[in-house]
Amino acid sequence: MSEFVHVKIKRQDGPDDLPYWEDFHINYKPHMNVITLLQEIQRNPINADGLPTTPVASDYSCLEEVCGSCTMNINGRVRQACTALVDHLDHPITLEPMKKFPTVRDLVVDRSSMFEALKKVNAWVRIDGTFDKGAGPKMSSEKQQKAYEFSRCMMCGCCCEVCPQFNDRSPFMGPFVMAHVNLLNHHPVGEGTKAERLDALMGPGGIADCGNAQNCVKACPKEIPLTDAIATLGWDTTKHALKKIFKA
Amino acid sequence: MPPALEVVEGSMGKPKIIVVGGGLAGLMTVIKACEKGAEVQLFSQVPVRRSHSVCAQGGINAAIDTKGEGDSPYQHYRDTVYGGDFLAHQPPVKAMTAEAPKIVHLFDRMGVMFNRTPEGDLDLRSFGGAKKRRTAFAGATTGQQLMYALDEQVRRLEVEGCVTKFEGWDFMSIIKDGKGRCRGITALDMKTMETRAFPSDAVCLSTGGYSYLYGRCTGSTHCAGYATTQAYTQGAIFANPEFVQIHPTAIPGTDKMRLISEAVRGDGGRVWVPKDGKTWYFLEEWYPAYGNTVPRDIAARAIWKVVKDLGLGVDGGECVYLDVTHIDRERLDSRLKGVLEIYEKFVGVDPRDVPMKIFPGVHYTMGGLWVDYKHMTNIPGLFASGESDYQYHGANRLGANSLLSTVYSGTVAGPAMVEFANGQDKGAEDLESSVRESELEEQNAFNRKLMNMNGYENPYKIKQELHDLMTNNVYVVRENEKMKKVDAKVLELKERFLRSRLLDKGSWTNYEITAMRTLHSQFDLARAVAGAALNRNESRGAHYKPEFPERDDANWMCITKVSHTESGPDFDYSEKIDIDDYDPVERRYDVTRK
Repeated sequence: MSEFVHVKIKRQDGPDDLPYWEDFHINYKPHMNVITLLQEIQRNPINADGLPTTPVASDYSCLEEVCGSCTMNINGRVRQACTALVDHLDHPITLEPMKKFPTVRDLVVDRSSMFEALKKVNAWVRIDGTFDKGAGPKMSSEKQQKAYEFSRCMMCGCCCEVCPQFNDRSPFMGPFVMAHVNLLNHHPVGEGTKAERLDALMGPGGIADCGNAQNCVKACPKEIPLTDAIATLGWDTTKHALKKIFKA
Repeated sequence: MPPALEVVEGSMGKPKIIVVGGGLAGLMTVIKACEKGAEVQLFSQVPVRRSHSVCAQGGINAAIDTKGEGDSPYQHYRDTVYGGDFLAHQPPVKAMTAEAPKIVHLFDRMGVMFNRTPEGDLDLRSFGGAKKRRTAFAGATTGQQLMYALDEQVRRLEVEGCVTKFEGWDFMSIIKDGKGRCRGITALDMKTMETRAFPSDAVCLSTGGYSYLYGRCTGSTHCAGYATTQAYTQGAIFANPEFVQIHPTAIPGTDKMRLISEAVRGDGGRVWVPKDGKTWYFLEEWYPAYGNTVPRDIAARAIWKVVKDLGLGVDGGECVYLDVTHIDRERLDSRLKGVLEIYEKFVGVDPRDVPMKIFPGVHYTMGGLWVDYKHMTNIPGLFASGESDYQYHGANRLGANSLLSTVYSGTVAGPAMVEFANGQDKGAEDLESSVRESELEEQNAFNRKLMNMNGYENPYKIKQELHDLMTNNVYVVRENEKMKKVDAKVLELKERFLRSRLLDKGSWTNYEITAMRTLHSQFDLARAVAGAALNRNESRGAHYKPEFPERDDANWMCITKVSHTESGPDFDYSEKIDIDDYDPVERRYDVTRK
């Protein structure tokens, strides 16, 4: 290992500016991750030519791969910067912002469309209120373990980044939405409003826009079985549609 | 644009509430205030779903006794008071532990996938400082699951028009009127750098603790205590700042300490070091009654002693083993997967096969803004909930009580804010524009001052020195000789800060402004923490002084209350502990309590 780490960063000053590349040489220390590289640049913003520059703007928070903030493309692969260990990466290390979301500045992107999608599919359990109603419903351990797999989505957006259907020409809300709907539809209280969510999934940007490329499940850092959710919901929406026809 | 002139469009009669911070405490405050008819504006530096509450792993305490061990809220109450070394006022602890089962049942209804017993009820695990299983959990990502449940409920309220979110906005200051009442806040849009004044009838700070005063800690990078410290410099009283919890089991890293949940010990993990060629389970030997599930202050000091005093750290380094290799893999995965994955990802070793190497790290701050039993600070109209208040944990917090206190404090603060707002004759709409404008201008002027800093010092070097100062002097073992020098050194760092330079002068998404505002506030915070630690000549909970190794109830059964003055922190010890049920007794974990 050389004494410094060569990092190439795709930068952009603002949403309407053109991107450019800037290189940095950062003193190597054992056990570094990409966040520590960015923090070194923040503390000492000098580029590889020895010229002063601005700190590279980036979002990070928990540094434990639970908050989803620090998602970016590292050596061309979308992942969290906190778990990208320098010793395990090819060098030079390239950092780019996520491409499927609008760039705010440098590595900071605006993922608010993901949260908007949750509104569209009614991604909540409709409770009567927060007052005491005694114990909740029973659930088998088996069912809980299966549902739990879907509950760890941290809205990082990796699945959207790799999905060919998720882009600014398509209304597709993104694969993560399926995990949320599937989770809520399998909760004993949440399933009460299952129909509302299935209706939303049958609308614009819903399940019909999934092209079944199956990239999402490979990119998910939490190994959420997204394609299982999509398959389950594909069947559920079909049943729901038929039910509606016969009711009508 | 002159944003201070904005018109407040409050529908007549609806209280206008501001909540700063979108973690569990803030979100529960929001929900409860909405249920009481308030219109809420919610501010958060990060999209609320990414708040630090997601990092909580092990679970939430509630005496629901699904294991048939005869547990009761009363025992939970007693364990919490005892675990906190009798420094917590007892009435609020009693109320919290009584509500705990209802809170857990509520989350169950809201969709949290709690682990289950074979019969389908909520499963419980052991945690530190309790003899009965009392901790409900969703794998090892309980905080994340609770957080998502509340995030979803607040999103529904947002769609229904009760809540407006200001995500990516940074709280700058509270607005106080001529009578000293809090009438709103000023905030900065971290993307556009626009600043605005937001009038309201009441404000709640739910902005978490101040672990980042120590640099490397288990906290998220924004757990720096800016908002509470700012309120303190504007007149709010800070309570018990010296009580900082050091978690015994964290993975040491260059950027942070990564938490390894107490659930690992609760589910059978054992702590040991090699000694004379054998495994030495020192916690089990020293504390036979509780073994590996002693409270955090006890475990952290024991590890400290083994490594620092006895020199028995693994391979001579600063770490001990935390071992789960004897536990069935399937059981580990169904209960602890989230936390074991963190170890695997960051260390590159599978903890199911090889014992984990861990060491204590700063984790939680028991101190925070002083609040009354309804969570209002000494400033009328300013409330605090969650880790940013000081209320429930006394001198040491028990594991899995933080998820409970964040949520519970929100259930108290939300309705109390509405009640307060309804009792005022003047509301947000009546706030004189001059009051708003002058506070906003003061903050804008400070931002301009930061922008114009062109000195020769690097602010991050100063920040590092501040963290080192606190870690080297006000940590696990506290010596007065060393702590006496801290205040002068903090002042020196503050002076040097003014000679530093802002590293980014841009006017778009300039995160350096927020970073420097935070650092600037930490000098005042450090003085309060170090000063309070120096004053308290006893050992109690997380606060340990070898010169005064015993708890001194005759002199120190009181809250440390700190007020900010121009000449430094002013300490007041007149508030005695409100003892409702349990007179202080010696706190021991080597023998079973009577």
